[in-house]
Amino acid sequence: MPKLTVDGIEVEVPAGATVLQACEAAGKEIPRFCYHERLSIAGNCRMCLVEVKPGPPKPQASCALPAADNQEIRTDSPMVKAAREGVMEFLLINHPLDCPICDQGGECDLQDQSVAYGRGHSRYTENKRAVTEKYMGPIIKTIMTRCIQCTRCVRFGEEVAGVEDIGAIYRGENMQITTYLEKAFKSELSGNVADLCPVGALTHKPVAFEYRSWELKKNLSIDVMDAVGTNIRLDSRGRQVMRVLPRINEDVNEEWAHDKTRYHVDALVRRRLDKPYVRKDGKVVEASWDEAFDAIAAAAKAAGSSVAAVAGDLVDCETMFAAKSLVKALGSDLLEGRQTGLSYDVSNLGSVAFNTTIAGIEEADAILLVGSNLRFEAPLINTRIRKAIKKGAKVFAIGEETDLTYKVEWLGNDLGLLAKLPASAAEAIDAAKKPVLIVGPAALKEGQGATLAMASAFQRDGWNGFNVVHTAAARMGGLMLGYAQKGGIADIIAAAPKLAFFLGADEVNFEGFKDSFKVYVGHHGDNGAHHADVILPGATYAEKPGTYVNLEGRVQRADRAVFAPGDAREDWTILRALSDRLGHTLPFDTFEQLRAQMASEVPALGQEGLAGYAFSPPKLAAKASGPVGYAVADFYLTNAICRASPTMQRCSAELIHGEDFAEAAE
Amino acid sequence: MADAPQLPDEAEVRARWGNFQWTPENAEKAREIMGRYPAGRQMSCTIPYLDLAQRQVGAETNTQGWLPIPVIEFIAKQLDMPYIRVFEVATFYTMFNLVPVGRFHVQVCGTTPCMLRGSDDVMAACKARGLKKGHTTEDGLFTLTEVECMGNCSSAPMVQINDDNFEDLTYDRTLTILDALAKGESPKPGTQEPGRHTVEPLGAPTNLAAMETANHDYRGEW
Repeated sequence: MPKLTVDGIEVEVPAGATVLQACEAAGKEIPRFCYHERLSIAGNCRMCLVEVKPGPPKPQASCALPAADNQEIRTDSPMVKAAREGVMEFLLINHPLDCPICDQGGECDLQDQSVAYGRGHSRYTENKRAVTEKYMGPIIKTIMTRCIQCTRCVRFGEEVAGVEDIGAIYRGENMQITTYLEKAFKSELSGNVADLCPVGALTHKPVAFEYRSWELKKNLSIDVMDAVGTNIRLDSRGRQVMRVLPRINEDVNEEWAHDKTRYHVDALVRRRLDKPYVRKDGKVVEASWDEAFDAIAAAAKAAGSSVAAVAGDLVDCETMFAAKSLVKALGSDLLEGRQTGLSYDVSNLGSVAFNTTIAGIEEADAILLVGSNLRFEAPLINTRIRKAIKKGAKVFAIGEETDLTYKVEWLGNDLGLLAKLPASAAEAIDAAKKPVLIVGPAALKEGQGATLAMASAFQRDGWNGFNVVHTAAARMGGLMLGYAQKGGIADIIAAAPKLAFFLGADEVNFEGFKDSFKVYVGHHGDNGAHHADVILPGATYAEKPGTYVNLEGRVQRADRAVFAPGDAREDWTILRALSDRLGHTLPFDTFEQLRAQMASEVPALGQEGLAGYAFSPPKLAAKASGPVGYAVADFYLTNAICRASPTMQRCSAELIHGEDFAEAAE
Repeated sequence: MADAPQLPDEAEVRARWGNFQWTPENAEKAREIMGRYPAGRQMSCTIPYLDLAQRQVGAETNTQGWLPIPVIEFIAKQLDMPYIRVFEVATFYTMFNLVPVGRFHVQVCGTTPCMLRGSDDVMAACKARGLKKGHTTEDGLFTLTEVECMGNCSSAPMVQINDDNFEDLTYDRTLTILDALAKGESPKPGTQEPGRHTVEPLGAPTNLAAMETANHDYRGEW
């Protein structure tokens, strides 16, 4: 624990801390460009120079200098001031003065720091260097003349994303950042490099020239594109969400977000259901709310208690609770959330949750993946595994070989292997202090019993290494609210409900519901709306407050960012109004009352944080054999929102299906 | 970015070099190079491999050699590295040619000591023989590049042609060397100053004269 003084303030920092961190501990701001907490230290921008005694009589880069006992650091001396001014002047030599047309303007590190630490004017009268634009794919727009070569993007690609496509070529004045031969940066986390870029060299292509950062209203929300529950901030202008940025939450997403989280927002204003529709003579036609409710009321009268509700992947717990209350009031308990037909046993929620927690993965020393392509099912858990590997973890996998961005020992594509693991894997797991089993959604279908049977091999004192990965944001909340039949959706189909509510459920095979009166409550004109008899326009996650439970069982709350378009309403209000029309008025008038009731029924949903499921695996047939697939076929098009997004369609076409969009060289 | 070479057309290069493999001798050399480094440190072979490949390409095309993209990828695969990491190395070092060069790669040093000693004359001599900076002559014999210091300042000005240095140049001496090369002769590398063997002082030593015959302790005289 070195003790040192920073500008006369004595601080004690952990061993291995840098001088920059010591300065921050003392409350001093150190300007920096290349240094980033989550990346390796490069020390090439020289902006963090400080004066250090003892040491050579020259300023030193604080980001790369270890803090040591009895150091005297000055961040306010004339030498430091002159050094910062000098570095800033050098950085600005080749940086264009195009802030007025730069998308980074207003939130640019270079802009801010040149105001705070620069000279205020330039002495440079020579020609500036210019660098040609580079193609980096559908997500990243480049204006490489602005680049100051901090190499944050290069380090991110290598260390966090694990996709080594970006590099710095040539040298000296000619150095330029590019992807290999200007091909697309093929990472599902590529958007993060635009956030990391301290200048406007890498910006978000889908929203180029769309907004200025100071025009945006910021609301805190939770991502629904996968089950990780990434903490996000929705930046909106007027009634439109302009962009999604990740918030820092060390337990969930650190400070990253994947491309689907970030760039689906252009779909929030496309293909929206903004009016009620009623099917007449085989065609859906626009209707008023009253007409739509009348049609449902007529169907409900005929249906009696033969009612069911199917929840989609993106709905919040409040919507599911309201629908559940309505179905119950009508006299039924047919609820299901696993639209695609999964029917795993949910008698114990601990057996279908991510028990190590997401952050806990970093401590793992042996990891076995079963039928899980984490890169696409939960990219931000994949980055945690990369961190664990850096600390020495070994990864084994059962499934079809695929590129997970790290070295994996593939055991084969046969669930039969679960019963008799190859010696190398079995020994590593036995010897591990914190072994982890990760069961993908595809393996849950065929191999739940077999994986649970071996769960005990992953238990240690105070450590439960049994993990299940889900891909739907609504899954854990739905299971907590009882959206599960023993036989899955097949049970619902077998019960042949006369009236069926689909809450944003687009992945359902509607063949089974031919004879049901189908009411679709949702926000996008997708598969569900095509098959519905009545469409009630609901709100997306951005347009309603809500509670979401991620795959760990972490209860998180999201706020509303904008209002739903047209006649669309928040889903719970639709269900509440409909219940009134059906004569079974639901017992809540405000969102707060609804939340309170939900909390009294399922107390874990009443407070944010880990729900803490008990782990007592049910006894199931442990036999499994045969190959296992992966749940996510096309990462960019997994739900109704991203299917409506031009950006996501473009990503899918280019990055998954290999269509060529590269721009011709100028 | 006027100085950065424009990479040759990718499709054409891939068609020509897509099947690049080590020749048997070079495969043996590559194995030997790999053996110099501990297991798992195969990345250390990047520079020697690139050099070996450039020489092999040179031998195949009877030029000084260059590194087509498929060859860079071949090396990356051999070393289990991402393509971009090898590409970065190849673009960083000026000794690796990213575009085809001629039979003789004439690298004229233009850094201060050489410039003070007359590198402009060397350049002028090259120009007189039709060499143009950054270009290959039409007969495919010479490619002219201006480079930074090659560490021969005491015998400046100098030029590196393929693997040999030619030092103490003047306008005429440069012409002689270029003409000899064009005729297929092998001019003597090293200093071109008559009576000079390496970089020793011309005539009598001017420094440390007392050291010439016997060891002498200068410390008392400082």
